[in-house]
Amino acid sequence: MNEVASKPVTRFVPLIVFAALVAFFVVGLVWNQTHDARFVPSPLIDKPAPAFRLPRLEHPTQFLTKADMLGKPYLINVFASWCYACGDEHPTLMAYRDKFGIPLIGYDYKDAPQDARAWLQRHGDPYHEVITDQSGNTSLDFGIYGAPETYLIDAKGIIRYKHIGPLTPEVIAKDLEPKIRALEQEGST
Amino acid sequence: MNPELGQLALILALLLAALQCALPIIGAWRGSKPLMATAPTLAIGQLVFIALAYGILTWAFWTNDFSVAYVAQNSNLSLPWFYKLSAVWGAHEGSLLLWMLILNVWSVAIVVFGGKLPEAFFSRVIGVLGFVSFGFLLYMITTSNPFLRLMPAPPNGADLNPVLQDPGLVFHPPLLYMGYVGFSVAFAFAIASLLGGELKSTWVRWSRPWTNAAWAFLTVGIVAGSAWAYYELGWGGWWFWDPVENASFMPWLIGAALIHAQAITDKRDGLRAWTLLLSIFAFAFSLLGTFLVRSGLLTSVHAFAFAPARGVFILVYLAVVVGGSLLLYALRAPKVTGGKSFALASRETMMLVGNLMLTVACAMVMLGTLYPLVGEALNIGRISVGPPYFGPLFLILMTPLVLALPFGPLSHWGKADLKVWRNALIRIVALAVAAGIAGFIVGARTWYELLGVAAATWVIAGVALFAIKRWREAPRGKRYPFEMLGMMLAHFGVGVFIAGAILTRSMSVEQDVSMKPGASVHVGAYDFRFNGVAETPGPNYTAQQGTVVITRNGKPVVTLHPQKRTYVGGQVQTEAAIQAGVFRDLYVSLGDPIGPSTGSGQDVGAWSLRVYDKPFVRWIWGGGVCMMLGGFVVILDKRFRLKRAVEPETVRPTPEPEAPRKLAEGEA
Repeated sequence: MNEVASKPVTRFVPLIVFAALVAFFVVGLVWNQTHDARFVPSPLIDKPAPAFRLPRLEHPTQFLTKADMLGKPYLINVFASWCYACGDEHPTLMAYRDKFGIPLIGYDYKDAPQDARAWLQRHGDPYHEVITDQSGNTSLDFGIYGAPETYLIDAKGIIRYKHIGPLTPEVIAKDLEPKIRALEQEGST
Repeated sequence: MNPELGQLALILALLLAALQCALPIIGAWRGSKPLMATAPTLAIGQLVFIALAYGILTWAFWTNDFSVAYVAQNSNLSLPWFYKLSAVWGAHEGSLLLWMLILNVWSVAIVVFGGKLPEAFFSRVIGVLGFVSFGFLLYMITTSNPFLRLMPAPPNGADLNPVLQDPGLVFHPPLLYMGYVGFSVAFAFAIASLLGGELKSTWVRWSRPWTNAAWAFLTVGIVAGSAWAYYELGWGGWWFWDPVENASFMPWLIGAALIHAQAITDKRDGLRAWTLLLSIFAFAFSLLGTFLVRSGLLTSVHAFAFAPARGVFILVYLAVVVGGSLLLYALRAPKVTGGKSFALASRETMMLVGNLMLTVACAMVMLGTLYPLVGEALNIGRISVGPPYFGPLFLILMTPLVLALPFGPLSHWGKADLKVWRNALIRIVALAVAAGIAGFIVGARTWYELLGVAAATWVIAGVALFAIKRWREAPRGKRYPFEMLGMMLAHFGVGVFIAGAILTRSMSVEQDVSMKPGASVHVGAYDFRFNGVAETPGPNYTAQQGTVVITRNGKPVVTLHPQKRTYVGGQVQTEAAIQAGVFRDLYVSLGDPIGPSTGSGQDVGAWSLRVYDKPFVRWIWGGGVCMMLGGFVVILDKRFRLKRAVEPETVRPTPEPEAPRKLAEGEA
């Protein structure tokens, strides 16, 4: 690299990359104001949930499987003790756990069981059952890419709805609740 | 004193900052000596007003003036006096004021110690710092004024966040800020060199001591934060990859890269453009850290909704500072890439490997940290990625760095001496393997432990071999100049840190137990007996204090008193009790009461406890302290003492007859 004249264009690269990032962020923020784009089509919607077999948090030698849950709709909520957004979501889950009318399963994602237990002890446990996926292997089948995420699975074991990010009372009222009620209708007819 | 005076002082400081930005830079541009001569006065004047504002806010805390909203939110009549002083930087507004105070102290330090810099360059540096200061003051005055009044004044304040009522957190923010702000000096030097169109890279040598000081402060700031988390959070962890920690870790990584890039530019004249870019980004990440952490934007863009002015200002300011710098870089960066060429197995290559890994690691941390924020901004859901993402990736990225680390100092600048390499490699591998075997004999059993011992030995053996090499080859008295000594100390610190981080992780024994008074639990080689919990009053809290007697083979070791404090504001805070030692910590923290505190029944007085045996945990911070010392020792090197610049350093033929300024004492 001895005394080589660098092309002037390359010196603009950092500026262009930075400008692109800023533009991306600003457009995102503005877009966000005017559009409700919270609909992320997941390839798994209306497909059977993956067959999982995961240890229960309170009794690590016992497993909960997909087969155990067949016959009634339920919610799976992905959380972890290290997840900050889960802390924000937590009060909502505490308030709604009994209003959902269907079981709420906690899915402890890539987390040490003792940390998860301590976290639930400290903040309160909104779940009817907690399963642990320490290695994250099953999470690949579900297509989980972070926490929190929430899945609605029907009585036949089919994923009917997925929400990425914390559940809020608005999201529950607008999206989740109607879906759950619709499932109950299906079940009763 | 009157808080409105503080407000006035801030406004006057803002005006001075505007002048400090404009006059010296115009002076340097036009070659006008009178304009350039305003730089020291303006910098000192601004410091006076900022110090006045800071003093007034401190006074408001000291005298419990709850008519100041910020004081009412962050103090309380029963808050101990030292926390009243540190509560000044307990929240967003005050911590910005502290930032400003430190920035102005650094600016005046340049006025004092930089007196022998070429005058035009000096003026530009002070001008750039004035610009930074102007932005911050504008932000404070328009969106985050610490002097806002609260009418009517409440009789008592809400109290300082109990999380912050800890000696560790008293010193943590000022140290971090010393680091963040310190990078503004390297930034100002880089921008000044771009503005002046410096052809030579002498400016890099001038900025090196400042960069090292900034990085060393940042290091000890992070160490203090980590130690605090260990004591106070009650989890026994020392690093959580949480957004706030990451915000300070990113400038640290870039700063470490910058220190090495500057060394290459200084000694070999290479990597000039890269050093410029790193100088810009080290400061950009410092800004990001300062703004996002305390304004709450880092964890959620909801904070934008609460305070849209703040969010927009921050984005615009960051865009102007970073975008403007990069534009300047694009227009004015050295048109000719210089530097001496180097062979593959040379010191430059090793340092480049380190640089590459550090910057990529920073990008990785940034991606993970901002992921929830970006996800939320784009409305695709705010999700955290957390330690499962950061931990493995960081380990992977640091492996090449650790492997290359011993060979940087051992190989030569420019040329590859394969004989040196072969000898060093054989010895280092032999020592690392021997250490691994020794570890196995002592009792290390997992791969993780053995690799940890070997990796730490790898690094430390490299430092030792280098020390021996210098002893043999260099003449007496010139064996270990301070620059080299600092490097060795910092690299040794890396080795110690590796040992601590890896061994703690794999050798710790952790148990969560629920215990009745009188019950015992066996953890590691120790027995922990729980003697119940009693209530103890504190100045602004009441504590449930447990008593745990630790014995080893029946012989008493220590009695620990973990606490669970309930502060006047109602917040509950865990206070772990720790028996600290060089080779292991015994750690007890109180969980929650299980049974009733009085009465009869089998659960009476039972509590859940966390009981840890954590070997080598102190080495993590010991390593950090060595790195910090290394950074400071480098500054002492003769190399960095300013000689009077005789030749004009700029392309523009600005007349620069050097009248030495009077303020140059302390130049020893």
